[in-house]
Amino acid sequence: MGKSLGPAGMPAPPNAGRPSTARTPSTAGTPKTGIGRRSFVGYVMGGTGLVVAADLALGAAPAQAAGLPIPSVPQIPEVYDLNDFLTHCALPTSGLIAIHVDELGDAHFALPRMEVGQGITTSTAMIIAEELDLPLDRVHVTLAPARRDLLFNQLTGGSNTTISTYTPIRVAAAVARKALLDAAAIQLGALVTTLTVKGGVISDLLGNVLPYGDAAALAAPATTRKVEVELKAESEHTIVGTPQRRVDARDAVTGRKQFAMDLDVPGALPTMVCRAPDLNGTAKEVRNQAAVAAMPGVTHVAIIPTGVAVRARTFGQCIDAVRALDVAWNAGTVPGRSSEDILKELRRAQLPLAVPKLGATTVEGEFVFHFRSGSALEPNCAVADVRADSATIWGGLKSPIVAQSEVARALKLPQGKVTVNVVQGGGSFGRKLFSDAAIEAAHASKAFGAPVKLMWHRADEPRQGRVHPMATSRIRATVLLGSVISFEQRHTSVSTDFTHGLGERLTAEVAALPTGLGNLGFSETVFLLSQELPYNFGVVTQLLNESNYDFDRFNTSSVRNIYSPDVRCANELIVDRLAARLKLDPVVFRLRYAKSGIVKRVLKRAAELGEWGRAMPAGTAQGIAIHKEYKGATAVLVEIDCRPETVNRKVRDAVTGPRVTKATVVVDCGLAINPLGIQAQMMGGFADGLAQALSYGNHLVDGHFLEASWDNSAYTRQWNSPFDFHCEVLDSDSPEPGGIGEAGVAASMAAVACAYARATGTMPTEFPINFRDPLHFEPKPFVPSIPESPVNGLDHVS
Amino acid sequence: MTTHTFRLNGETVSVDVEDDVRILWVLRDVLGVTGPKYGCGINVCKACTSHINGKAFNPCAVPIGEIGADDEITTIEGLADTVPGDGLHPMQEAWLEYDVAQCGYCQPGQIMAAVALVDRVRAENRAITEDDLDSIRNVCRCGTYPRIREAIRAGAEHS
Repeated sequence: MGKSLGPAGMPAPPNAGRPSTARTPSTAGTPKTGIGRRSFVGYVMGGTGLVVAADLALGAAPAQAAGLPIPSVPQIPEVYDLNDFLTHCALPTSGLIAIHVDELGDAHFALPRMEVGQGITTSTAMIIAEELDLPLDRVHVTLAPARRDLLFNQLTGGSNTTISTYTPIRVAAAVARKALLDAAAIQLGALVTTLTVKGGVISDLLGNVLPYGDAAALAAPATTRKVEVELKAESEHTIVGTPQRRVDARDAVTGRKQFAMDLDVPGALPTMVCRAPDLNGTAKEVRNQAAVAAMPGVTHVAIIPTGVAVRARTFGQCIDAVRALDVAWNAGTVPGRSSEDILKELRRAQLPLAVPKLGATTVEGEFVFHFRSGSALEPNCAVADVRADSATIWGGLKSPIVAQSEVARALKLPQGKVTVNVVQGGGSFGRKLFSDAAIEAAHASKAFGAPVKLMWHRADEPRQGRVHPMATSRIRATVLLGSVISFEQRHTSVSTDFTHGLGERLTAEVAALPTGLGNLGFSETVFLLSQELPYNFGVVTQLLNESNYDFDRFNTSSVRNIYSPDVRCANELIVDRLAARLKLDPVVFRLRYAKSGIVKRVLKRAAELGEWGRAMPAGTAQGIAIHKEYKGATAVLVEIDCRPETVNRKVRDAVTGPRVTKATVVVDCGLAINPLGIQAQMMGGFADGLAQALSYGNHLVDGHFLEASWDNSAYTRQWNSPFDFHCEVLDSDSPEPGGIGEAGVAASMAAVACAYARATGTMPTEFPINFRDPLHFEPKPFVPSIPESPVNGLDHVS
Repeated sequence: MTTHTFRLNGETVSVDVEDDVRILWVLRDVLGVTGPKYGCGINVCKACTSHINGKAFNPCAVPIGEIGADDEITTIEGLADTVPGDGLHPMQEAWLEYDVAQCGYCQPGQIMAAVALVDRVRAENRAITEDDLDSIRNVCRCGTYPRIREAIRAGAEHS
């Protein structure tokens, strides 16, 4: 059966998936200093060609939570956080990960995670190259298709990839190296201990050499063999910890990098969906199906659950057909509702604060965070080829096993009849945790009886795609006798959809959670596992409530960093107020109250690098903020220009407004695998935080979102970007890697908000800060649902 | 359908397609040239930026019927061949040097826009300014903007 299959369909060895037996600590040393190595068990797989494997659960050592009471101080994430939970979930899986060394001596590895720009194919190749003593360009990392044997362990989220895969991948690579050396020792007639490896070539003391490729041919045993290996110490690393450029950079700059819509799947023709004017409206009837089906290039038209799908020779002809469709629609899920209605709901649902308001000793605020789109630049898309008794999907899917299951359910096929191939994604930002396009493509392919290449139109992305849930955050802090004695936060949010796999994990793993969390909903559990106020403020409570336990009403997702950007933005604005109340400099105040050394370290360094406190002209200011999550900490210092000549500068069809002119980010994210990749993620996280603070929001009006273009949704553009961006990755005291994909967002958003407050003298309480400005665009029509492509492009050549 | 003939990346191509199909889809869906990406279809995100007769344009906003046999379209795939030698275009090299790309989806368009910007500024016989860089409308959702600015300056020096 499925669960006994190892990599590439090979039978799994008997002990696979049992970490208690697979991990055999030989010493109990402190890994931090590199002494006292642990040994690990892996497998050399029987058969032809060298394939080695290790348990994907290896080395996963999350904090032990079961039986712990909920501590009042410290907060839960300090002892057991979301990443511990995700890592814990990886433990019971039966799946193995395998490295194949080919006849040329190159290593191949199918990573059971998804690359969406975060750089994990590069960092994973580095980890393998390091342990295998092979040049980086001879390690080839691809993305594994959905593997049901991995159970929960194929979800790319929570910035958990490197945290959870670092050790197992190293073990697999070390097993490969050992197998190659063992084979070489026999071939060369030398002792294994006298052999050395350089650049994938094994040498003995006499100068005889055997390339990995030759050794690989000799290394494969007839039957699967269990071997024990030790891993390199950090001090021996020559690749891990060095800045490496992305392994796919050349493909990206030459146009060769392939995304889902670039694949040439035979017969898969362009397909688009005509969507309802209301959010989540559904099609009742197509009144002109025959006429549209007869349009140039059009091959098929059919109603699917999310609208009316059309298939044509080109996407351009799909656009024309979608625009020509005359459809009767059913109402959506929030007919007639607007942002203001949702805000009222949220306020009604706010949980009460426990500490009473005490006159001058109280510092408080209420903050509103509007919906914002999780659109990536690559729209939702997938290729589907549905046959009578099977289906194949190609798509950028961060949760491919869930996709496989949902596609199977949609098609009424057994899950084993659905093949899900994972393709690199053009960004994700929470969007690709879900398989919306894959399910749509499956429906369309089934309805048409033909393969489809389904892609969303941009206009549908902010209007009908997944959004970060709207939320309010109410904070009350109390200052007494020169100290902060209480800090309460009540975060109230539109329900977040966690049904992309994380939710299933929570259900399945309730027993793993710290006592008291098991009975909470997914969202509250995620909130409590991820939110940590990094200050000693006496009695601290942070609670989440949801206004409406119905995640089908809005299409939500965690959109890069779940709750943290909003929660921390609200926190840090109040922290600046508290500092002012106590007449302390914001950095001095934070250093005095910060709980952990790692936070103080990044904060001090950011203040130093960013020249905190330097004289700034009126209307401009610095702002600083910190964040602790993903086994690390981030500090961001920005300078903002809110002078009228800057705020009122004009760019066609754009939001200009205040400009962050300079940003300094300092991060300690544990063991840094690829400092260059970490800097890139911090830059990207900064762009996200900046947009969320100043300009990027969705307006819900009369049952639908108004934004329908990148010029409507004002995500960060060149004219909003800092002239000067600097990121420093600190050498960490931690021997284990942390998460980086989301770590830069929260402190960036908070720092920009704090800088804005200091430059203008007004603390912003609604985000993005331009939300109530007159719209900078004329909303596009809702019928037809997508705009016509212009024809005047030659008037704008430049 | 009409037969349309034009120059694409140094070669003459002919394609049978309706006059009003935008060039982006002729390239991607008919000819299989997938370097130019779709990001909006309304000449906003600039992910499909390519060159026509050496200047930047957005093929999502030009019907194939608008161009003729003498028009030369260059996509990211043909950029390297517009400069002497076997290597990449200096702007592509700068992109590699600064490791600009993250997901990479917008980068073909970013590079094509950057090359045209540098050519334009050079024709005006002046150096690139912050305002020039601010004028680039290409969306990068990964937020690589500061690295793009650095790479363009470096690429301009070597172009």
